[in-house]
Amino acid sequence: MMLAATFFYLFAVITVAAAFMVIAAKNPVHAVLFLILAFFNAAGLFVLLGAEFLAMILVVVYVGAVAVLFLFVVMMLDVDFAELRAGFMKHAPLGALVGLILLAELILVLGFQFAGAATLAVPAAPLPPAGAGISNTEAIGRVLYTQYALYFEGAGLILLVAMIGAIVLTLRHKQGVKRQSVAAQVARGKASAIEVVKVAPGQAVVPATERG
Amino acid sequence: MMFAVGLGHYLTVAAVVFTLGIFGIFLNRKNVIVILMSIELMLLAVNINFVAFSAFMGDLVGQVFALFVLTVAAAEAAIGLAIVVVYFRNRGSIAVSDINMMRG
Repeated sequence: MMLAATFFYLFAVITVAAAFMVIAAKNPVHAVLFLILAFFNAAGLFVLLGAEFLAMILVVVYVGAVAVLFLFVVMMLDVDFAELRAGFMKHAPLGALVGLILLAELILVLGFQFAGAATLAVPAAPLPPAGAGISNTEAIGRVLYTQYALYFEGAGLILLVAMIGAIVLTLRHKQGVKRQSVAAQVARGKASAIEVVKVAPGQAVVPATERG
Repeated sequence: MMFAVGLGHYLTVAAVVFTLGIFGIFLNRKNVIVILMSIELMLLAVNINFVAFSAFMGDLVGQVFALFVLTVAAAEAAIGLAIVVVYFRNRGSIAVSDINMMRG
């Protein structure tokens, strides 16, 4: 219990500190690296809560894909980030005011309202008991592929749309590059392919496209 | 017990991270990429809430829903960054104040 509490405070403090550095870092590359640190420590919190599968998904999907995508874009775009930081503190007082009010409200409502909450009377999908020999991954799979199969496929559809959308947005054809056009090749018939020309003696053969 | 970690502790961490995300949007009003990262932080805080409630209420559905939130967050990041790249190609800048091409 003591060890779990120690690790909770370790992960929680590093998560919050890294989240603060994400928004305060001068260099966006550092911000992305702090985002990765925050995700890793949030994954640690998930492990403490017994959600091992989500913790691993968080590391694989967020650190492995999303954060690297951010890093890629930050490094690829040649942006003057110093200029973007001009007026950095201009809206800080307003933001701090809104943030502090929201934080106080959230902690007052959530932190104390549910501090002593018991388990649900009728859980929709109860957690497997500790001694049942069912891992967290297996338990999630049993719920996800039966009760929530439709939503699972919907999530897959969202990812497909996002993938196609990202490709369509960023794909561009360079000018002046010769590409194969299958439709144009198939549509080409005998009439447009060859031409029979009577050549008078002493005259040059001028292609149809260059004739006036 | 003084060090016992309860639901309120996790909710407090999530609340702090969520507030930092909102504060980040105020602080970095010009930089789209940092705004996107702030949104990711807010979604992470939501996920911490879902998993904490799931663990302390003994219901697995919270973790399933957190999985869907992760899916949507990944899709949002991909589309958002694609739009940033296209925008940078067209305008040579990613400052939020320059994004007014569609103003009537």
